[in-house]
Amino acid sequence: MDQNLLKQINVDRVARLATIFITDLKTGSQRVVRESELDSGDPLHQDLLAAFRGGKSRSLETEDGELFLNVFTPPTRLIMTGAVHISQALYPMARACGHDVVIVDPREAFGTDERFPDIELITGWPGDHFPNLGIDAYTAIVTLTHDPKIDDPALEFALNSNAFYIGALGSRKTHARRVERLTAAGFSEAKIARIAAPVGLDIGAKSPSEIAVSILAQLTAALRLRASGDREG
Amino acid sequence: MSYMERHDDILNIAENWRGDGREVAIATVISTWGSAPRPTGSQLVIDGDGNFEGSVSGGCVEGAVITEAVGVISSGKPTLLEFGVADENAWELGLSCGGKIRVYVEKVN
Repeated sequence: MDQNLLKQINVDRVARLATIFITDLKTGSQRVVRESELDSGDPLHQDLLAAFRGGKSRSLETEDGELFLNVFTPPTRLIMTGAVHISQALYPMARACGHDVVIVDPREAFGTDERFPDIELITGWPGDHFPNLGIDAYTAIVTLTHDPKIDDPALEFALNSNAFYIGALGSRKTHARRVERLTAAGFSEAKIARIAAPVGLDIGAKSPSEIAVSILAQLTAALRLRASGDREG
Repeated sequence: MSYMERHDDILNIAENWRGDGREVAIATVISTWGSAPRPTGSQLVIDGDGNFEGSVSGGCVEGAVITEAVGVISSGKPTLLEFGVADENAWELGLSCGGKIRVYVEKVN
């Protein structure tokens, strides 16, 4: 492997670009193809397209011998509103499962470095910051503040995105009022149904850590059980 | 901390090690049959002294891959390894789970 190709792959991964690193196993020759630059004239066009959609690395038999397609899709990311008790429990677990974590909370008293060391913490309003976060099909969004002023703009942005998971903390009653507000804001029933609420699998979770487990389990199911062809963006 | 700074990001480690002037090889699981412990695309990074990070088999054949990788670093030639229970040295090199894997080992130039 050429050192410069290695560098390019790493730069592209930081930029959340999906790429495929192709190795000819017979000759050892290699090249990198970005999803955004996939050319219909590429002899492997159909196979590369399928590999990007599936997101899985695989070997490929061709007339000229075997190729290996190493597929790099962006790392999944969890964006939360609320630097709250549950997010304190959730963010290290989410990170352990391989997700990048971003927390957005306008309240300075909540989002302190002491409570959330070593994490991307944005002190500001979701309405201002969500548009700049590059939310894509590899992003999950969970709202945890209970405060409509903070959570609603985040959910509205989430519902218009192709985030793979959207969850909102709050009781059934809280959610019923939320549904009313989102309906009034023009969201269809089908769109609103994308929100997992009350958030998390029903495992009788009580403590913040247990609620974090239930959220992460539901998020994992959304990520891993979805049809491979659904992956876009 | 982004994922690129994680301890287990193999390609990032490979770039850093290379940047430090170390000789580096990367081993990649090319295909699996049966109940292989690590999926296709899993990687191991190895330096010329046999230091490594990552996993291609959950520990079953890493030792053999590292030995081969040190050879690839000195020869510069990539190689394709195959492991399975059918190997003569099944107890040493095979996958106790009964799976089979192929591993491509290449030097970072």
